[in-house]
Amino acid sequence: YCLNILSCFLYLCSAEYPDLRKHNNCMASNLTPAIYAKLCDKATPNGYTLDQAIQTGVDNPGHPFIKTVGLVAGDEESYEVFAELLDPVIKERHNGYDPRNMKHPTDLDASKIQSGQFDERYVLSSRVRTGRSIRGLSLPPACTRAERREVERVVVDALAGLKGDLTGKYYSLTQMTEKEQQQLIDDHFLFDKPVSPLLTCAGMARDWPDARGIWHNNEKTFLIWVNEEDHTRVISMEKGGNMKRVFERFCRGLKEVEHLIQEKGWEFMWNERLGYILTCPSNLGTGLRAGVHVKLPLLSKDARFSKILDHLRLQKRGTGGVDTAAVGGVFDISNLDRLGQSEVQLVQTVVDGVNYLIECEKRLERGQDIKVPPPLKQFK
Amino acid sequence: IMPFGNTHNKLKMNYSSEQEYPDLSKHNNHMAKVLTPEMYANLRDKETPSGFTLDDVIQTGVDNPGHPFIMTVGCVAGDEETYEVFKDLMDPVIEDRHGGYKPSDKHKTDLNADNLQGGDDLDPNYVLSSRVRTGRSIRGFCLPPHCSRGERRAIENLSIESLDSLDGDLKGKYYALKNMTDEEQQQLIDDHFLFDKPVSPLLLASGMARDWPDGRGIWHNDNKTFLVWVNEEDHLRVISMQKGGNMREVFTRFCTGLTKIESLFKDRGHEFMWNEHLGYVLTCPSNLGTGLRAGVHVKLPNVSKHEKFGEILKKLRLQKRGTGGVDTAAVGGVFDISNADRLGFSEVELVQMVVDGVNLLVDMEKRLEGGDSIDDLMPEQK
Repeated sequence: YCLNILSCFLYLCSAEYPDLRKHNNCMASNLTPAIYAKLCDKATPNGYTLDQAIQTGVDNPGHPFIKTVGLVAGDEESYEVFAELLDPVIKERHNGYDPRNMKHPTDLDASKIQSGQFDERYVLSSRVRTGRSIRGLSLPPACTRAERREVERVVVDALAGLKGDLTGKYYSLTQMTEKEQQQLIDDHFLFDKPVSPLLTCAGMARDWPDARGIWHNNEKTFLIWVNEEDHTRVISMEKGGNMKRVFERFCRGLKEVEHLIQEKGWEFMWNERLGYILTCPSNLGTGLRAGVHVKLPLLSKDARFSKILDHLRLQKRGTGGVDTAAVGGVFDISNLDRLGQSEVQLVQTVVDGVNYLIECEKRLERGQDIKVPPPLKQFK
Repeated sequence: IMPFGNTHNKLKMNYSSEQEYPDLSKHNNHMAKVLTPEMYANLRDKETPSGFTLDDVIQTGVDNPGHPFIMTVGCVAGDEETYEVFKDLMDPVIEDRHGGYKPSDKHKTDLNADNLQGGDDLDPNYVLSSRVRTGRSIRGFCLPPHCSRGERRAIENLSIESLDSLDGDLKGKYYALKNMTDEEQQQLIDDHFLFDKPVSPLLLASGMARDWPDGRGIWHNDNKTFLVWVNEEDHLRVISMQKGGNMREVFTRFCTGLTKIESLFKDRGHEFMWNEHLGYVLTCPSNLGTGLRAGVHVKLPNVSKHEKFGEILKKLRLQKRGTGGVDTAAVGGVFDISNADRLGFSEVELVQMVVDGVNLLVDMEKRLEGGDSIDDLMPEQK
């Protein structure tokens, strides 16, 4: 009797198992029929299922050159209930970080950053971004309208308590005036309804633009997106090369917001295995991308450029963001890693790395040769 | 078949109805016109036996506020029971969309092509092609917005088995979207048979494109006059067509083919979703009843410029589209003219309207070509 039930169940699971033969993403690489059979009838306490988590990866086979993640979390518990799939995906995506036996360090003490002021003849702007999720509320792929509105309420309430250089204002997407909208577009702050199928297939665009909005301080150096790809995306930026000040404001702002929500009985999703919990497994740990727009016309034409970046644990993008091309020799250079190193470590990596790149550029300007630095250690 | 739970519905009950109620202030679709906070409160804790919820029904209408000129439906069914469990919403939507069709009304099904009068001689100098399409759903399976991969594959397998048994002029072949060769794909494109992954946000928001292209395919007969789409917007879309104006032959093949397919499914223990109130049950409430669109591509360069063209079509219960399909423009004075109704009239009645209406339009076109008036040809409201 038991054997019949088991084989019946396995038969049903195999009838449901997705066809991943043409797929190239982290989910497809790690979802075996056995893991699927084990997890397919499980659900998180909120009711989120494996099929929901992997839907975006089933619907988007990927690209032969870019390996996407191919799954999302619907809530904090997804990372536990579906650990058998998520842990190997995390390990693959985060270059060997094993959530089963490693701990992620969190460090938001900006005073530790050394040499954080770049040569402004090369660095045009500096920026640090991350995300934060509100514990107890489902994430964008799964949240109900009421939950999303609650995220908005909790966050906007807390942001209203920010003072000094962090004093600012919230612009709800459903209520902003045309003038406000135009200003936000001119400032390059406004975000649009997602069009990428990676996001829409995961259900993140449901009910748009309900409970979505943008908050920024009066000085336009601290910006928060509410209910876009994550509960919140937090961005600190300014023109020029003072990365240390950007990071200092970033840490101060984050800590203030955390303190303000804690006063009302809320907290951020975090644990020592995975750090800060976000929707996409690629953003776990620090969720941090610290970057600069920097002029490297000579270095970028050098055949060793990619290798130098790789050894410095940096990545390049065009100045329009991910998947854009560089214009006029100006590149967006940022950290590759997210998980397994602290915020301070990652920002220091960017500071040291960009300083090295600028040195290379200066040497090439003077007709001197440059060296490929030895590769940095993965986990410190 | 894997049970498809929707435990997230219980999560919503932690919040009040007011907290969950969608913001429909900028919306213009049938769902938004009908849904009230009271209705939402009454229905939100319900689900069909397969777990389809009110929010699942309305998600596409919440995500797509609509267009000021075109009134979209804004809700879909996830299974046959959706139309029962969410009656309070679906009935008024159906009434609005289908010209006052009441919850107590009965729908007549008539797939006997012999009952059609004439229709074999629409003037081929004007009528370039004739086509009849409908949809069918297999009872016991969830519909495209909600079905699991296993269900979708089971529908595909059943369809292939049944369609493979067709013979005579209906004998044909199935092309699975995920297995077709480049050559097969090109041929299907050249024949205008190939359907693409939906891009319309109306469809994407309801979940119909999940797992594409798994379980999807196209079957057609060797003569290329009878075509079945599997697992696109509905379980099955069935199309009969040919060049020229012999609508009668197109409709006869349509009825014969559908009747045969139905009996082949029955042989395998499956029937189509149908009831005497809603007729054939399909994913979108706009396709209930017959699900039938019978149409022609017809040259009407003069009539279409007449000031009463719109009024004439309305009286004849016909609608116009460009020859690229819905939302396209007419090219070279050639229009796609088809029945406007789906529910409350039988298949024969609807095709009769198209036959009679197109014959009248062609007569009008000939009059206007000759510089004569068409005032005496103006029809009464059908």
